[in-house]
Amino acid sequence: MQIKNRIYENTLYVILSGELDEHSAYQTRVNLDEIFTKPNFNQVIIDLSELEFMDSTGIGVLVGRYKKLKDKNIPIFICNPSSHAERIFKMTGLYEIMPKIS
Amino acid sequence: MKTINEMEITFKALSINEGFARACVAAFCLPANPSMDEITDIKTAVSEAVTNAVVHAYPLKDGDITIKVKLYKNGVVIDVIDYGIGIEDFEQAREPFYTSKPNEERSGMGFTVMESFMDSVTLEKSNKRGLTVRMEKIFKTQNQQAVGQ
Repeated sequence: MQIKNRIYENTLYVILSGELDEHSAYQTRVNLDEIFTKPNFNQVIIDLSELEFMDSTGIGVLVGRYKKLKDKNIPIFICNPSSHAERIFKMTGLYEIMPKIS
Repeated sequence: MKTINEMEITFKALSINEGFARACVAAFCLPANPSMDEITDIKTAVSEAVTNAVVHAYPLKDGDITIKVKLYKNGVVIDVIDYGIGIEDFEQAREPFYTSKPNEERSGMGFTVMESFMDSVTLEKSNKRGLTVRMEKIFKTQNQQAVGQ
């Protein structure tokens, strides 16, 4: 799992590439939480266009990050999920807390 | 119906083997010409079953996971087997959002994803202890019959 990030006009853009499963979940959590300590952003957009695989472990990771940022009133948005990631998101109601944007 | 091919692999119940397991089963299914979507369905379901075994089956000691695959012309039957502590209540385990480890950021959606991506998912105790998850997938590009019929 590789994570790229940049801040542009108070939006933190995060691009997840590779495979998000139980094996990569721990490091993904640690890396995202580290990125979230950066200053000067008031919303997060997570781009999944380079994510090659995700199972339900990804939901746990994303919901955990949502809870941490919610305390700071920072919303997360999801963009470019694969059709399979999208099915898992819809099944779990993830978009209700992290809306999808295009 | 006769199988096209059969295989069995056993590996340690370690998270690093999740990627290996799903890629291996997906590659094994290719001769039956499943669609790309069906391949991803299988990879995701295998990943969920193997993850469950890695996370839950062996809390106190190391253990193994065995995957047995029977490939038919029109589908596949996959058994993901562990020899660990097993599950007391199958119905509870299958409930969406149920997790026995609520403090670990787990979604509790593993079985729900398996059920959604496969045509049938059944749970059995393996040899008095542990768990066997049997998953069947019919390849829709073929005739829609029960797998192996």
